[in-house]
Amino acid sequence: MTSPDGTATVIRTDGLTKVFGSVSAVVDLDLAVRSGDIYGFLGSNGSGKTTTVRCLLGLVLPTSGRVELFGQEMPKASGAVLERVGALVEGPAAYGHLSGLANLMLLDASGKTPAGPLGGGRRDRRDRASHALGLVGLQSVGRRPVRGYSLGMRQRLGLASAMLRQPELLILDEPTNGLDPSGIREIRELLGTLHDCGTTIFLSSHLLAEVEQLCTRIGLLDRGRLVLEQDLAVLRAPTGRVVIVTPEPHRAAALLGGAVEERDGERLVVRAGDPGDLNARLVGSGVVVRELGPERRSLEDVIDEHTSRRSQDEVAR
Amino acid sequence: MNHVELTKLFGRRRTWVVILLLNLLPTIVAALLAWTGIAPRPGTGPAFLSAVMANGSLFAIAALAIVLPLFLPVSIAVVAGESVAGEAQAGTLRYLLVRPVGRTRLLVRKLAAITVFVLVAVLSVAGVGFLVGRLLLGNAPISGAVLSLSGSALTPGQVAWRSAAAIAFVTISMLGVASLALLLSTLTDSPQSATLGALAFLIGSSLLLTVDAARPLQPYLPTRYWLSFVDLYRDPMLWSNIERGIGLQLVYVAAFLGAAWANFTTRDVTS
Repeated sequence: MTSPDGTATVIRTDGLTKVFGSVSAVVDLDLAVRSGDIYGFLGSNGSGKTTTVRCLLGLVLPTSGRVELFGQEMPKASGAVLERVGALVEGPAAYGHLSGLANLMLLDASGKTPAGPLGGGRRDRRDRASHALGLVGLQSVGRRPVRGYSLGMRQRLGLASAMLRQPELLILDEPTNGLDPSGIREIRELLGTLHDCGTTIFLSSHLLAEVEQLCTRIGLLDRGRLVLEQDLAVLRAPTGRVVIVTPEPHRAAALLGGAVEERDGERLVVRAGDPGDLNARLVGSGVVVRELGPERRSLEDVIDEHTSRRSQDEVAR
Repeated sequence: MNHVELTKLFGRRRTWVVILLLNLLPTIVAALLAWTGIAPRPGTGPAFLSAVMANGSLFAIAALAIVLPLFLPVSIAVVAGESVAGEAQAGTLRYLLVRPVGRTRLLVRKLAAITVFVLVAVLSVAGVGFLVGRLLLGNAPISGAVLSLSGSALTPGQVAWRSAAAIAFVTISMLGVASLALLLSTLTDSPQSATLGALAFLIGSSLLLTVDAARPLQPYLPTRYWLSFVDLYRDPMLWSNIERGIGLQLVYVAAFLGAAWANFTTRDVTS
């Protein structure tokens, strides 16, 4: 399955709806994740992110609508399709009495043994498991029982098991939960490297900073509905306005006249084609300019614009 | 055949503790019998216990009769109730399913592992019972004849194959419990609830067997024919209850497993 611009669509949902009892967790969701994307799936707590992820993986069966991974319908094709997918869903899980290495080997042995050039077969099971542990920085504790792991170590083990079979698609639900700042950076770099090697990444998160630094495309979920799906570069493109900070706002405003659209103390927002011309005009007239640059919207602004504000007493569903 | 579920089950210390405890009760009974020399009078107490003073080999069967009403079903309900619900509670179920392991396949593997556990449990009770009986109780030569429950003599060969049949019958009886606990295990994310649910069903069944007003129901209660394996030691053997017992258990096993499959393959995994 390919989209009009020729890149393959890895995840596609058509009208995906999931109702639990009287609660609609996800309503009429149309997602499209292209091959090579790092797709940031954003939404506040209870907006339906995890339910969507579970539907993608065939854990939760949709009330209506279709889910396709690699162009094949889920959950019907899960046996073939999920071999190409690594996932972290709602936190890591492992058998506490076994070591990290034993957990990975057991998981590897549970399904089909991979074939192929990148280390297949039963005999390479231990190598695959220790390689995955090495990727996430757990090689030194891989032989200790998981019972004694910290939250961050368990999270890393969860990521290792998602990466165990070198999947083409990673579906990660809150991957940096419980990690310290340096751990978050390590994982971000690791995901970047995997992406460079051709892995498509679907990352669900409520951490804007994480998504802003890593993702190429975002989908925004609000109360079970997809309210925005766009390339991050488009969302953060210059708005055609220029922000000026000057100690002489009155003189600047008088000079620029109707082009000034907002004024807040020393800060002016001016509609202008080229920041360079604007700067030359101001300086030529002797106006002191402290800062000047094109206005860009932060992801936070974009999200505020598209989501309905939660009322005071409303709690996440 | 994939050995992962067997590795998981028998790689856990708890499984072996259960088997150890299961063998402890008959061993205590044998020790008390050997120490006091007071055997129940024929016709009272657990089956065969009156006969073991003369022939310790028979304690293998007596040990099965001792654990059958409660200990054996409890241990099997613990293991089978934990099978799917335990994975759900630990969160590992979702990772198994996205590995991917097909839901039907996972259920079949769990069932196979439970069946192996039932066999190991039954055989260990019979084996330990035999050893303990030989060591602590009557030490009659194995080659000697054994008195059947009807009073006639059985040759060692007859005793051996009847004991094998008894072990098979007990195993089939326990598969009914295992299937029920497996069904409940797919219905809840709490292994304790699944285990206790299965036990409640068995206790209910045992209770109804003692109520005369429940007589029309009794031929269909799962525990009705459990102890019928002693009929194998009559001369001639009394087959009617054995046959009914096997038929009834097979119906229960098929019904519970069918329901477990129907539920597990169509439910949302939200654990």
